[in-house]
Amino acid sequence: MLTKRIIPCMDVMRGRVTKGVRFANNIDLGDPVEMSVGYSDGGADELVFYDITASAEKRPIDIGVVGAVAAAVHIPFAVGGGIASVADMERVILAGAEKVSVNSLAIENPEILKEGAQVFGRQCIVLGMDPVRNEKMPCGYEITARGFRVRTGMDALEWARRAVDLGAGEIVVNSVDADGTREGFELEITRKIAHAVGVPVVASGGAGRPGHFVTVFLEADADAAIVAGMVHTGEYTITDIKRFMQSAGIPTRMDY
Amino acid sequence: MTAVVDYGAGNLTSVKYAFAALGEAVEVTSSPAVVARAERVVFPGVGAAKSAMENLKSLGLVDAVREAAATRPFLGICLGMQILFERSDEDGGVDTLGVIPGRVRRFPDVEGFKVPHMGWNSVTGNGERESREYYFVHSYCADICEFTTGVTEYAGVKFTSEVRKGRLVACQFHPEKSGRAGLGLLKEFLECSRSA
Repeated sequence: MLTKRIIPCMDVMRGRVTKGVRFANNIDLGDPVEMSVGYSDGGADELVFYDITASAEKRPIDIGVVGAVAAAVHIPFAVGGGIASVADMERVILAGAEKVSVNSLAIENPEILKEGAQVFGRQCIVLGMDPVRNEKMPCGYEITARGFRVRTGMDALEWARRAVDLGAGEIVVNSVDADGTREGFELEITRKIAHAVGVPVVASGGAGRPGHFVTVFLEADADAAIVAGMVHTGEYTITDIKRFMQSAGIPTRMDY
Repeated sequence: MTAVVDYGAGNLTSVKYAFAALGEAVEVTSSPAVVARAERVVFPGVGAAKSAMENLKSLGLVDAVREAAATRPFLGICLGMQILFERSDEDGGVDTLGVIPGRVRRFPDVEGFKVPHMGWNSVTGNGERESREYYFVHSYCADICEFTTGVTEYAGVKFTSEVRKGRLVACQFHPEKSGRAGLGLLKEFLECSRSA
């Protein structure tokens, strides 16, 4: 059986993993390579890195970190933040990343999804999206951009469909409402998108306990889920989450 | 010397790093002469079968790759496994290398199964080997044939995820991205071919 993936997410700033409080009061969590090796050995199915200040500082993504991670871990990983062009995507992929993730860039220039998919294959192109609850939208959720700061007026479900038509091979649904709450994933929009598109959907934002993963896989039909704070702090391990999933009957990779 | 064949079908960085982790410095090459004199040949690949075959032809690599697959330690990965078969349905159909009998077909559209098949799935061996999970990314899958040594199931289809023939081993999954299990397969490939 195809297993449900658990993906630790690391926000990287100037070569260090930081606590995901965007743009302010960042707390140093450690070295991205060391943390990657730890997570890979500990059962992570994939990794994702966001260079959280690259866009704001208008500089390209830190390729040195990408290459060092690729040399040290032998599982797939995605990289986002600071990608402004197909040339940037190419640098990241040639450095050893399996996937590149775009968010605000795709909102401003949707054609980047098509161009990226044509050059690298759609399996390499991840669309990150940050929907926020808004009852006025047809699906009940509006897309935000630039780290939640900008409301776009775009319907989240509409955007997901269009992005897949253009070339996105996977969608990370990061709920603005759930992000940082540790009270569980936002099930409704995750489920709507998972059922509407023919590519894998990754749930993101709100994980606080192993049970939250069981819920998002069983009730929202996500293909994968992102974990951050609850494992970065050492409160839980990937294995804690996976044992819980396995006991709930969810196909889980336990042999690592 | 281990040659990794570069025929413009995808990124070879991860393959290089995985072998480096096992202490093997590989030579990435597009040269038929280098492939012809390599002790071991790694034949990776991501992308479409038709353009891969066109690239192999224009680089003059078809004979060198066929010869290596038939006579020397040889490791095919992903598209590099698929084009060892006789024919692929991709892009309206294309004849491929024909080293392994059988055809490569697209996964059927089945409710609840997304294509590409992406993620960790189990490979069940036909011997006493236990089933283990490896990382897959593909939209087309190969028939089961007499050389199939690993089978995986997705979207209601059982397909070849590993084949072995003589000194050739080829897999649909990506050993270079399959963590410890994947490195184990690469290590076995290096060791078998060293002792052979």
